[in-house]
Amino acid sequence: MEPNTNTDFEVRSLDAICVNESHLEHQWYHNIKYLVIGVLFGVVFVKSEVVSWFRIQEMFRLQSFHMYGIIGSAVIVGMISVWLIKKFNIKTIYGETIEFHPKKFNKGQIYGGLLFGLGWAITGACPGPLFAQIGTGATVIIVTLISAIAGTWVYGLWRDKLPH
Amino acid sequence: MIEFFKQPWPWYIAGPLIGLTVPALLILGNKSFGISSSLRHICASCFPANIPFFKYDWKKEVWNLVFVFGIFLGGAVAINFLANPNPIEINPKLANELAGYGINNYDHLVPTDVINWASLFTFRGVMLMVVGGFLVGFGTRYAGGCTSGHAIMGLSNLQWPSLIATISFMVGGFMMANLILPHILSL
Repeated sequence: MEPNTNTDFEVRSLDAICVNESHLEHQWYHNIKYLVIGVLFGVVFVKSEVVSWFRIQEMFRLQSFHMYGIIGSAVIVGMISVWLIKKFNIKTIYGETIEFHPKKFNKGQIYGGLLFGLGWAITGACPGPLFAQIGTGATVIIVTLISAIAGTWVYGLWRDKLPH
Repeated sequence: MIEFFKQPWPWYIAGPLIGLTVPALLILGNKSFGISSSLRHICASCFPANIPFFKYDWKKEVWNLVFVFGIFLGGAVAINFLANPNPIEINPKLANELAGYGINNYDHLVPTDVINWASLFTFRGVMLMVVGGFLVGFGTRYAGGCTSGHAIMGLSNLQWPSLIATISFMVGGFMMANLILPHILSL
């Protein structure tokens, strides 16, 4: 890996020379809105059976259109929304300009993507559904979640040695 | 009315609602939709261990942890107040295949015949829960996102690296479900 390749998309802490974040400082209760969105999202996840291990198996065996319909229509709605936000320069509720973070290609998207795909088909869950599954009372999924956290940690440990 | 909500929701209702999370998070606080990064924030807040990848101000990302806690609560709300009273319906071909592995319980969204606390002490259980979970956590971070960050947020913003990531997710999933998982479930 070239030392200057930034593969870090979530936070700008790494490899960033200038971090000019103009974000407003908010009180803790501003986070309640994310809790509400999360709850609604979790309900949709369970009611649409996105968190069902069986639905994921059907998807990867091409035995049902359900998951393709969900992901496909979610992407279309997301695309139209992003396009509208850009076109009409829609601001946040605090009046800030909405920022988009371009993703740079690196080989991790292939290697990591394949590894995640393998895990997705085994566990029948991507990270979001893990939280929802635990919520539905499948307490043993806590083990899967802890293991996923461990996987993330090991990636962080090996990050410099992995091909990107 | 409530009976209507208790049925499984069709894809054309659920998909657009999931897609609306993208503008909702952007407009409410300039947040890019992504879930797997929460795993990283948990590492950064609890076990940073002096690893550069976990040395950042995770407190700025607390919204993401609140969001996934909401997903957990949402799962509890859905199962306690809007539970589908009927067994899960799946493709008969899949049911037939799964019966061969001893999976016959369709009362839960997780196959409790193979994913349960007791099976955690079997090789098959370790593969399904521990190894599977590890691959999810390792792979998503290596890829820089999961189904939400790449497949939904990334594709919505027309990012071609996200398309490559999404294709890789699907290739990995097809390989596992069709070529490897049958052997694991047969153990």
